[in-house]
Amino acid sequence: MATEPETPVAVADPAVPSLVDRYFTRWYKADVKGKPCEDHCILQHSNRICVITLAGSHPVLQSGKTIESISYQISTNCSRLQNKVSGKFKRGAQFLTELAPLCKIYCSDGEEYTISSCVRGRLMEVNEDILHKPSILQEKPSTEGYIAVVLPKFEESKSVTEGLLTQQQYEEVLASRANATSATA
Amino acid sequence: MDNLGQNGEGKLSVIEDGSMASKNSNLNVCNVCLGILQDFCEKAFIKKVCQKVEASGFEFTNLVFSVSFPPQLSVREVRSFNIKQSLSLGRDDIVQLKEAYKWITHPLFSEELGVPIDGKSLFEVSVVFAHPETVEDCHFLRAICPECFKPAKNKQSVFTRMAVMKALNKIKEEDFRKQFPCPPNSPKAVCTVLEIECAHGAVFVAGRYNKYSRNLPQTPWIIDGERKLESSVEELISDHLLTVFKAESFNFSSSGREDVDVRTLGNGRPFAIELVNPHRIHFTSQEIKELQQRINNSSNKIQVRDLQLVTREAIGHMKEGEEEKTKTYSALIWTNKAIQRKDIEFLDDIKDLKIDQKTPLRVLHRRPLAVRTRLIHSMETHYVDEHHFRLYLKTQAGTYIKEFVHGDFGRTKPNIGSLMDVTADILELDVEVNHFIVEIWVHYH
Repeated sequence: MATEPETPVAVADPAVPSLVDRYFTRWYKADVKGKPCEDHCILQHSNRICVITLAGSHPVLQSGKTIESISYQISTNCSRLQNKVSGKFKRGAQFLTELAPLCKIYCSDGEEYTISSCVRGRLMEVNEDILHKPSILQEKPSTEGYIAVVLPKFEESKSVTEGLLTQQQYEEVLASRANATSATA
Repeated sequence: MDNLGQNGEGKLSVIEDGSMASKNSNLNVCNVCLGILQDFCEKAFIKKVCQKVEASGFEFTNLVFSVSFPPQLSVREVRSFNIKQSLSLGRDDIVQLKEAYKWITHPLFSEELGVPIDGKSLFEVSVVFAHPETVEDCHFLRAICPECFKPAKNKQSVFTRMAVMKALNKIKEEDFRKQFPCPPNSPKAVCTVLEIECAHGAVFVAGRYNKYSRNLPQTPWIIDGERKLESSVEELISDHLLTVFKAESFNFSSSGREDVDVRTLGNGRPFAIELVNPHRIHFTSQEIKELQQRINNSSNKIQVRDLQLVTREAIGHMKEGEEEKTKTYSALIWTNKAIQRKDIEFLDDIKDLKIDQKTPLRVLHRRPLAVRTRLIHSMETHYVDEHHFRLYLKTQAGTYIKEFVHGDFGRTKPNIGSLMDVTADILELDVEVNHFIVEIWVHYH
């Protein structure tokens, strides 16, 4: 497993910021549910919609990992695939708390990771493409490899990200992790 | 009195000081018409109304005169029918008070203002009469027909003229006779004039606009009460029209709209503007041309053409067929991988490509989530450099172009990125609107 913090996948510099940087704010949650390095990244659009993704430092994205399967079945009688929303007001959506599980990722090394919502809101959709082709989760974690789309309540559109880390705070977490690793090494 | 406070600017209203009533206090006030056919048919009163009309500053070539009598006047009027019926006169032989009043006053107004009275005129002069001392005259009707007087939200009193008439038609003649004196008692004073108002019906201006700015929304962009950008297409056009037509307000509509960062080229997007309560309505085609020039000189962000006065009906055509339209776009595209001419040529050969678009994330907060199938009719590429090319597209109306280019997190399939096996992004977008509506505007001109 790589010990160096992963720099985001570098793409040839476009003249303008990327799609994600133009319209979204990146928020992070480190060590989700107390599990070391299981960091999530939440992309919040200026229209309050949140896209739940894996942060670059998540174990699943480290070199050498192979995803065997992904499951949106989070308990015996609840599958995120059953989520249906209808109409402008998105009736029928499953409600998610910060801790609500979205999916489970099973890796070939026997490890199993649970991805959480990290924000309160209603589930709009989950990404079914990663079920058929789990590799896109690793290739494009912050675009095509997203996990789910969550719509926070209008009145909570600012407060849902209150407990999350900013880009800078996240980078500080990565730096102190790197220091800790090199100190023990 | 309350309704006086609601009058918009540009409308005119007065409260009579009662001088009209006191002047004739020694005369007997008619116990049926409450002075309507007495003082208020006199030249002095007509002149007074006409002075208000002229002071209002409206441009008009004819007018419709509307008059509103106090509701309780109907009670007296119907009472007098009963008397006349007893004189064996049929309903058709009886002239309604309002009719009589119009017969007398219309020629006087017409003469004084020098224009004909026309029921279809857009210019309306309205006079509202009240008679405070007899307000309670119609209250007995509620005791007999309570179902006619149900309170409603935006009514100040349940005793509207409509309700009173309904109750009068319902009650039995003998009940009426018992409840209301015959002949009706004699009032002390004639009616008072509650208000004299002038208003002009809306007129419509249409044309087509081009937008050359990537920083200009079509309508004011306001979030949480704060303006995001200083101006908008509708303001750049309508502000001039408001001034020239001396209108109270406007309503802007158009055949579709573009994003704030999208330019609109081609021969322009059809738009129409309703001018509410305009004081000026007559313009020569030269004046309209000058007005268009004035709009075009005031900003380089937009240009307007084919500006013209149109009928309300013509506006309906503008909205028709919006869904069937084909749109032409020009997009500047960036790719993460270096490209050569041969890498993009294959796009030129694709015809009627079917794509599935999930509602874009950028509008998902206010639109239902759905997958919509759209057709990309054709594409044409122009190579720019290793990371850029220009893409011309003809697509079915309703296609989200930006999402077709970058894929919207893989939610539009296929997309330019997936077709080329690169990460693609859209740096600039122009829409070309060449609409057949051009002929329609000219047709109604």
